[in-house]
Amino acid sequence: MDKLQQHTINRDEPVISIKGLHKSFADLQVLNGIDFTLYKGENVAILGKSGTGKSVLIKIIVGLLKPDKGEVIALGKQVDRLNQKELDALRLRIGFSFQSSALYDGLNVYQNLAFPLTMNQKNISKKELNIAVERILDAVGLKDKMKQMPSDLSGGQRKRIGIARTLILKPEIMLYDEPTAGLDPITSADIIQLINEVQQRFNTSSIIITHDLTCAKNTSDRTAMLLDGKFAKVGTFEEVFNTDDEHLKEFYNYNFIQD
Amino acid sequence: MNNFRIRKYIFTKKIDQFFEDVYDASKFLLRFFKEAFKRPFHLNELINQCFEVGLRSLTLITLTGFIVGIVFTKQSRPSLSDFGATSWLPSLMGIAIIKALGPLVTALICAGKVGSGIGAELGSMKVTEQVEAMEVSSINPFKYLVVNRVLATTITIPVLVFYCSFVALLGAFVNVHIEEGSSFLAFYNNAFSTITFIDITESIVKSVVYGFTIGIVGCFKGYNATQGTRGVGRAANQAVVFSMFLIFIEEIIIVQIFDWIIYS
Repeated sequence: MDKLQQHTINRDEPVISIKGLHKSFADLQVLNGIDFTLYKGENVAILGKSGTGKSVLIKIIVGLLKPDKGEVIALGKQVDRLNQKELDALRLRIGFSFQSSALYDGLNVYQNLAFPLTMNQKNISKKELNIAVERILDAVGLKDKMKQMPSDLSGGQRKRIGIARTLILKPEIMLYDEPTAGLDPITSADIIQLINEVQQRFNTSSIIITHDLTCAKNTSDRTAMLLDGKFAKVGTFEEVFNTDDEHLKEFYNYNFIQD
Repeated sequence: MNNFRIRKYIFTKKIDQFFEDVYDASKFLLRFFKEAFKRPFHLNELINQCFEVGLRSLTLITLTGFIVGIVFTKQSRPSLSDFGATSWLPSLMGIAIIKALGPLVTALICAGKVGSGIGAELGSMKVTEQVEAMEVSSINPFKYLVVNRVLATTITIPVLVFYCSFVALLGAFVNVHIEEGSSFLAFYNNAFSTITFIDITESIVKSVVYGFTIGIVGCFKGYNATQGTRGVGRAANQAVVFSMFLIFIEEIIIVQIFDWIIYS
């Protein structure tokens, strides 16, 4: 499996900065004081058990959810203070890959990829559209699936198209929500390779939400472990799991890691 | 760590839920009017949705309309023949179909066919994160999905109402022709002799209101679907039940208003 190659991380340029973030749903406290910074060119994997608020965190970053307390600054903008127009402009610079891929059922692969472009660039010509779609399908290795419907694709192919749909808008930040969830180890390895290729080819900064240690180890510069609504530990993969903390050891021991 | 506390209700769980639903529905309705007049307008999608709404229910409306016309004429004949007034059948059918049966039959069929379709489609998009996927791509899902569908039902259902009324009158003519041997022209002259401008207006008002109701209820239920596939089924089901319930309430109100206009 290809590991994330050496690349430049600009530690003077934070692209996402989170301070004192709290979020609850009804009486359930999910995030309880998150502090975190993502730097330009950096890949960070956020690990945690199911239901610990990993997906909630990235949904707050793109403004799908509002924080109860704390601030989230993405690409220099405080997300919860933006009006709809400003938020839309920011969202064009942040790609969000859903756990379920969230492909539009009624549209084929070409239409799925063309849709965000035509909706955001009113004057785009048919020729430009075709070139953009072909280029992005080529990047994810699915050029031959252009006319297929999402229901005809395998889980791994759906993930790839989901990632392609976000990449077509040329984002500066990629947020991956459980990119390898529900996939077999070989397809997972393909997706991990794709995440690394995206980083190198498009020079994105990424947050990878996962509970798959293989994915975290092979895609991230830093790893953060979310526990009880807070980051229990942030560092390189080895730093996080070279620990005596019972919770981290338990999480590590239940995972099978492929190098 | 225990994050759960017992939730307190102002009244009871069900009453609180009812008021929350009314509040959410009002907000949804206000948002529709706010977004409907705002750019961008997705004309292609609107035309596509009009086509969908029309096509989805055309066969059923044709069949039902024709049968309603035949059956209603057949069942009205004995009462009129007691008074030797079977010659009034065309005008009775005309007024009954244009004013009441056409709009109501079309609305009920569309509530079942189109309303449930919208509820299920949007519900499925909601629970599979397709709506959120639009949001993160800087596309306004409310404008694209909800506004276009509600406008499509509001525009298309009045057209279907006129079509259904025409087919039902055709059914009525078939029955009258078989029993009394009247000609097509004589039947239609007779049928339209009692229909006034205000009757046509009432039919148009009803069909526009029913079309809007079917669209907005289907979208509201689908757009707010939760709890996975179970939620999708519930959204489709509730879209039909609430639309039908509201259609009957609106029928009573509109009839009262037009009676008041005619007789005052």
